[in-house]
Amino acid sequence: MDAEIEAAQPWVDEASPTFVTLIDKNHQLSSLYNMVNVPQAVWIDEDGKIVRPTESGGSIDILREFDMEIMGFKPEAMERAAAAKATYTGAVKDWAINGKGSPYAFDPDAARDHVETMTDDMAMAHTKFQLGQYLLRNGREDEANELFSECRELHPYSWNIFRQTSEKMDTGIAAGEAFWGKVMSLGDKEYYKTVDMPGMS
Amino acid sequence: MVTILNENNVTVLQGTAGSALWVSQDEMTTATGWALKTEGFCKDEVCVPVPASKSEGLIADGRVNLSEVWQLMGKPAAVSNDGDVWSLGEAANDRNEAMLSLEAPDFSLPDFNGKLHSLTDFRRKRVLLITWASW
Repeated sequence: MDAEIEAAQPWVDEASPTFVTLIDKNHQLSSLYNMVNVPQAVWIDEDGKIVRPTESGGSIDILREFDMEIMGFKPEAMERAAAAKATYTGAVKDWAINGKGSPYAFDPDAARDHVETMTDDMAMAHTKFQLGQYLLRNGREDEANELFSECRELHPYSWNIFRQTSEKMDTGIAAGEAFWGKVMSLGDKEYYKTVDMPGMS
Repeated sequence: MVTILNENNVTVLQGTAGSALWVSQDEMTTATGWALKTEGFCKDEVCVPVPASKSEGLIADGRVNLSEVWQLMGKPAAVSNDGDVWSLGEAANDRNEAMLSLEAPDFSLPDFNGKLHSLTDFRRKRVLLITWASW
């Protein structure tokens, strides 16, 4: 989910993935699948049916444990995050082998229960985001930025919108003061909602 | 020139920029997939009837006021300050119903060599659709 292919290219080159890797410059998947962050994932079976709707792709909510003194996470938090990722990866592999028989694939009722719905404001944010991206690519930066600021208000918990449209640091990552201020003011709201599956805590 | 954005498609038309988006029926279908039929405005299996009281403001001389039609259908729209670029979005209700139907919404996106891939290309395979970004 990068508005510019150049931003993603070096990462993809280095990872040289064996799976199909797509570029979604307008964040169409955010609109279609109600995605708000990366990584988020959807499991789709061989008939095109959703068996796990949009959820965190194995990341857990340790962000507010970021230690500004060491500019990183303490080993304990890193271990928890790695364990969650391993559980999730294991679940994906189990499903890849066992399909419907996997304990990690939801039945249709459970899958529907896990769908998070979108509001009208969020749908409008996606509509304006698409307009903003088009204007930005056509040299109309000021107007685009006005639209992006409306998008951030309409859909305040979309980290995809916020980070894509925020100023990036030299590293290309949108994790400056504005980002951390927003994270720290989340309150009870999670940055990554814990994935509901056996073995995940 | 008027540009219409809908579901990741960009359509450029020889129209006039303004506060309403009047297009020919063919242009509407090209840009959005919606067509004017006797039942009303239709796409795939869905038809939205045209209320008689509103038909004058929606259809004139064979042309369609697409921005009004979009509003009638309860879908979000946004327009540039100059009225020359229209983003026609999809309604939250429609998105939610699609997700709750558990039919994974189809899409076509390019890979890093520019080749388009659709979700439907992967039927008979299990798909892990997972996102990532550089930022």
